[in-house]
Amino acid sequence: MILAWILNAWLSLLPCAFAADVQEDPFAAALELLKDASFIKKAEAVEKLQSLNDPRTLPTLRALLQDELHYRASDRRLFIAQPRGEAFELSDVLSGEVEHADGKDKLKKVIINNQLRLTLRGAIARLSLFHDDTAVRLKAVHEITSDLDESSRALLHIALAKESDTGVREAMQTGLTLMELDSPDPGTRLTAIESLKSSLNPAVRNRLTALLHDQAQDRQMHTAAQRALSAIEFQLQIHGLIETIFFGLSLGSVLVLAAIGLAITFGVMGVINMAHGELIMLGAYTTYVIQQLMPAHLNLSLFVAIPAAFLVAGLVGIAIERSIIRFLYGRPLETLLATFGISLFLQQTVRSIFSPLNRSVSTPAWMSGSLEINDALSLTYNRLYITLFGLLVFLALLALLKHTRFGLQVRAVAQNRAMAKAVGIRTEWVDAMTFGLGSGIAGVAGVALSQLTNVGPNLGQAYIIDSFIVVVFGGVGNLWGTLVGGVSLGIVNKFLEPYAGAVLAKILVLVFIIIYIQKRPRGMFPQKGRAAEG
Amino acid sequence: MLLKRDLGGTLLLALLGIAILVVPVLNLAVPESSSLHLSTYTVTLLGKYLTYALLAIALDLIWGYCGIMSLGHSAFFALGGYAMGMYLMRAIGPRGVYGDPVLPDFMVFLNWKELPWYWYGFDQFWFAALMVMLVPGLLALVFGWLAFRSRVTGVYLSIITQALTYALMLAFFRNDMGFGGNNGLTDFKTLLGFDVHADSTRAGLFVVSALALALGYVACRAVVSSKLGRVVVAIRDAEDRTRFLGYRVELFKLWVFVLSAVLAGIAGALYVPQVGIINPSEFSPLNSIEVVIWVSVGGRATLYGAVAGAGLVNYAKTYLTGALPEVWLFALGGLFVLVTVFLPRGLVGLFRGRKEPP
Repeated sequence: MILAWILNAWLSLLPCAFAADVQEDPFAAALELLKDASFIKKAEAVEKLQSLNDPRTLPTLRALLQDELHYRASDRRLFIAQPRGEAFELSDVLSGEVEHADGKDKLKKVIINNQLRLTLRGAIARLSLFHDDTAVRLKAVHEITSDLDESSRALLHIALAKESDTGVREAMQTGLTLMELDSPDPGTRLTAIESLKSSLNPAVRNRLTALLHDQAQDRQMHTAAQRALSAIEFQLQIHGLIETIFFGLSLGSVLVLAAIGLAITFGVMGVINMAHGELIMLGAYTTYVIQQLMPAHLNLSLFVAIPAAFLVAGLVGIAIERSIIRFLYGRPLETLLATFGISLFLQQTVRSIFSPLNRSVSTPAWMSGSLEINDALSLTYNRLYITLFGLLVFLALLALLKHTRFGLQVRAVAQNRAMAKAVGIRTEWVDAMTFGLGSGIAGVAGVALSQLTNVGPNLGQAYIIDSFIVVVFGGVGNLWGTLVGGVSLGIVNKFLEPYAGAVLAKILVLVFIIIYIQKRPRGMFPQKGRAAEG
Repeated sequence: MLLKRDLGGTLLLALLGIAILVVPVLNLAVPESSSLHLSTYTVTLLGKYLTYALLAIALDLIWGYCGIMSLGHSAFFALGGYAMGMYLMRAIGPRGVYGDPVLPDFMVFLNWKELPWYWYGFDQFWFAALMVMLVPGLLALVFGWLAFRSRVTGVYLSIITQALTYALMLAFFRNDMGFGGNNGLTDFKTLLGFDVHADSTRAGLFVVSALALALGYVACRAVVSSKLGRVVVAIRDAEDRTRFLGYRVELFKLWVFVLSAVLAGIAGALYVPQVGIINPSEFSPLNSIEVVIWVSVGGRATLYGAVAGAGLVNYAKTYLTGALPEVWLFALGGLFVLVTVFLPRGLVGLFRGRKEPP
């Protein structure tokens, strides 16, 4: 009884609450008009929304233009509906709350007509051009530039006067100069072409190409356009070159990351570790497990995964060294066989635990997307970070080996085991730790690789041959050799790819290495002195 | 004379002789209801093991006696296999799915209009048989000449042989190489006019494989017990000293390397009609390393040990991949570790005592 009374009272209060809400928020009030069937009311709503300086306006108008705005009669809410596979993701226009719906049956699309579409386009362009975010403004300028008319020109002029960011200003200037190409005065047109020479905007290129085939234009215009186009082409080629070098560097840094641990175990200790690839794989799986353990902190997961992978792979490495490899020192071909056995063992273990299927490791937000340097050049963040990370790991390792006591001991044991023992170095301990270090670095490489490729039981196999090639090419026992070898192989590979295709490029590189080893059997930077013999 | 003081070898040849006489009879003449009957599946399986054993002997010849650990021997095996496969493809003639009298099915499928030049001649068996030996032999000659001349040894050699087979694998995976790409060559119909699926052909292939293994063994034994063989062993034990004594080390190495590659090619050629397919995965570095483990399980530098190792490991593989597929890689991995750590001289070493070092 009491319950019914409370429920009743609450229900009677509800409409008032809604009304109060609408009155307080002019944005919500404007939205109310959108729900009306009449196009005049809707136009009014668009007009009102524009005048409000509300951050929610722009996405709402965009959604309206793209037929994504929906209205749910049951609770009188407006949603932006976006397909997610089979289902839809609904985000509330007012509150931004996200829901999932498996059908759109309960939703009604907010319908617009052509008149309204025109208004919307203008409104969106205006709003984006004066938006607080530079990236949004730049995008708006690009959109306007690809489809210019008289009204957008006026708009651009006004926006240009207010604009403070140089990048956006430049883009706006380019847009306005493009308009001048249509000017009746040939002098203006020629100067316009002249000033478009340095632009990398694809719209400029299209426009100039069109101009070149335009019979209405005179010879002078054609030659000017031709000259401008070839200047642009040249610039694009340079940018293409930079991009290829970047791709090469990023592939190279992956190779260096994968190979640097091997450079320690193989180069410094003389142990052929065929299980190195599987240690990389363990690192990648560690990343996967860490992400499963802390799903709420995806952005931080990599920072936890790096030390975790180092520890996991390092400990496995130490275990391998203590249980098997230490019986095989001085018999490199036999360590090759034994560690190959270990690699099969680890692969099957992972396959039994995690299933043979690939596991997906998610990329944190700060690693996705790309750094746009200009219209022709953008570098993806994940490759950029991995390149930097590879360099960092290399430098850390170099410092460790050159400037710490442990590094000194490692080098001493590598050069002359008996003498090192005689001066009191615990060679067994150093062996185990060195192997652990090399393995740990492999694990860290696995974290980086998990961001680039699929994480599966065969991940390691794909990199083991490449890693050996890098170490052998660079020169065994020389970290700098590994760096130079990895990076140059990466770049050569990427330069060959456009001409030969990815697989053939790889084959060519392998053949090159096979021939190169004949010329310099000890790699690019061979060890000198007594250590080189044997 | 050759087999004097070679107990293992005598035993091996005797066993092969018995198998040649008995296996076809048990397969073809004994009725299926009898418990003594050998199924064609078993005969084919045994025939496959024999080709593996020949490959293992080839590897033992260079690894056991010359110290060259090739991690790319399955490349020669697969090349021999492909040469045979090409003959078998041409022998299909107009009986393929698309019925083209000259072009193999996969070429018709890829819309090729004419036969690539390197497929010419493979309609003749003698030509294919020649290529089975010539192609691996030539590759070994060029590769070995480059490698041994510049004194690439030990681990470096192992790694570049691995790179060689890896590069070949990638190349053969490409469709435009003209070797059937991913799927390789398969759907064979006849070999020299005999139906490859017929029981009698399978038994015949078994006999030929056994003969090839026996001849291969005798040839290798002849090489290692000759004066040349002693130089080769000297190279294995002290390459520099042998060089200082005035021997052209690289030529000796090259000669055994080429011989070994040719034997591997023959093994591959006998393997293909028995399993009925050859594809690029035969080039995979894993296969080559498996050959190394056969030899080290059996025992290096004995030749017959390699045969025993190939037989045992492959039998275990057939059994385990059928009965306990999860366990196979654990078993193989464990085998690698156990043999290298505890049995450096292989199973044969258990019986031979400590007379001579491996």
